[in-house]
Amino acid sequence: MQPARKAELELTACKVRQSILDATHAAKSGHPGGSLGAADIFTYLYFEEMDIDPQNPQKPGRDRFVLSKGHTAPGLYATLAHRGYFPLEDLLHLRQPGSHLQGHPSMKNTPGVDMSTGSLGQGISAACGMALGARITGAENRVYALLGDGEIEEGQCWEAFMYAAHHKLDNLCVIIDVNGLQIDGPTAEVMDAQPIDKKMEAFGFAVFPVDGNDFDALSAAFAAARGVKGKPSVLVANTTKGKGVCFMEGKAAWHGKAPNDEQYAEAKGELDQTYTRLGGQANG
Amino acid sequence: MAELQKIATRESYGGALVQLGAQHKNVVVLDADLSEATKTAMFKEAHPDRFFNTGIAEANMMGVAAGLSTCGLVPFASTFAMFAAGRAFEQVRNSIGYPHLNVKIGATHGGISVGEDGASHQCNEDFALMRSIPGMVVACPADDAEAKALVTAAYAHEGPVYMRFGRMAVPAFHGEGYTFTLGKGEVLREGTDVAIIATGLMVYEALVAAGTLAEEGISARVINMATIKPLDEKLVLRAAAECGRIVTAEEHSIIGGLGEAVCGVTARHCPVPVLRVGVQDVFGHSGPAAALLQEFGLTAAGLLQQMRPFLKE
Repeated sequence: MQPARKAELELTACKVRQSILDATHAAKSGHPGGSLGAADIFTYLYFEEMDIDPQNPQKPGRDRFVLSKGHTAPGLYATLAHRGYFPLEDLLHLRQPGSHLQGHPSMKNTPGVDMSTGSLGQGISAACGMALGARITGAENRVYALLGDGEIEEGQCWEAFMYAAHHKLDNLCVIIDVNGLQIDGPTAEVMDAQPIDKKMEAFGFAVFPVDGNDFDALSAAFAAARGVKGKPSVLVANTTKGKGVCFMEGKAAWHGKAPNDEQYAEAKGELDQTYTRLGGQANG
Repeated sequence: MAELQKIATRESYGGALVQLGAQHKNVVVLDADLSEATKTAMFKEAHPDRFFNTGIAEANMMGVAAGLSTCGLVPFASTFAMFAAGRAFEQVRNSIGYPHLNVKIGATHGGISVGEDGASHQCNEDFALMRSIPGMVVACPADDAEAKALVTAAYAHEGPVYMRFGRMAVPAFHGEGYTFTLGKGEVLREGTDVAIIATGLMVYEALVAAGTLAEEGISARVINMATIKPLDEKLVLRAAAECGRIVTAEEHSIIGGLGEAVCGVTARHCPVPVLRVGVQDVFGHSGPAAALLQEFGLTAAGLLQQMRPFLKE
């Protein structure tokens, strides 16, 4: 990827991370850890990879995105807002009565949300239906689904994986966000799903291991996935939960807890420094 | 009554899907390895490019149906009632009901008339489960003509619909030209002493029972309530006001089904005694369907036996 483009995406991802903190801090609840960890994936999908139109969220033939790990809604919402689907101010009403930003994604409420998710393991099935639907209707779009490494403990995911391979859904690109943590602790201790790459390969997927916090790596992996024919593809993306905020990084405790005022100030300070270091203009 | 042809409503479902698929290219059918039993194999034969087997994976099937519906397709997801409403309840609730997607669920083998397979497969709880989902339409046709009409009506309705069909052949009593309206009950027989509000295979039994009661000088109204949700409240309240007592009859638990739906309306607007005939909060067991229906009081004779003391109260 061009260094200049990469720098732009890094700057955008930094803004998305700032907004994730703004939203969860304002809501006094929500899931910052996984949202921050997947911020680069969200950013890459919406600013580089997908064929979408924020002015026409329902555009026929658009690429679809299903956030199967629906609890990282703040990350999706922040990305959608920065992409222009709705005003950034809306993020400050996350999880509040009257807001279109529900605790978990709701397609009936939020422009740009392609599927209502939140109950783990279900989004991937809907994504399979969308990929099959595209084939039946002759649409040439791609369907992306982001799952967590904790989420794949749900049996329904494996029903869906089997289904995707059986029906040769090569327009489906699954991303498994492997941050190694779930609510009760490390996935290796709670319920180890590894080796994920070997399992996905055995289930008939073209597997692309990738650093999910590196735009060069993401760019190469998504490009490779586009070239896959006759089978679905999966990016097994290693990420750091809480990425970008030192005291949140790699800590299961930040799965579903919002920062208090003090923590928010500290986190924002760090991200402001990152933003400046990346060449961003103050308050840009 | 003259001898009527007997047809299982699952047969009607399969046949209706074939017709619907020929008329509308956006109809797709999903099944979870039960297509011979649910009769969606008929659709598979007629429209193989629009039939998709999900294998024995009902949870995934409901999600796939949800995704398909977002592409402008109208999926009919089919399996036994136990697995559609029971096993996949939360998928139906969250992936179909919550986003109010245009998915039709064709659930066959409802109730104890599943027979020999026994309690594990006899779903007497599906009305209760599906009724509790906001925006879900719940319907159970009484015979062949109504089952076919229901499939057409479900397609025309924008939003999720749960349709329950039966395994056992039942009398096809509706004549040619029967018109069915989703959400409307049908008065099959006028009466003033009691109203029997029935759904599914209990409708015909109610008609037979009403005939017997007439010979005894008791005037029983018979209402076919194919749509359990939204309930035809006006018709229920008119029956309550004009007959003074109601008997509900369903091949379903007395908890959460038609009986409680009727009680919910009458209790608020026109309190009258209501006798709920159905499966009395017990599990079924293996046996021939007809014998089970008899044992559980879900026949005309069973209805009469349960109604008689009620009518004397």
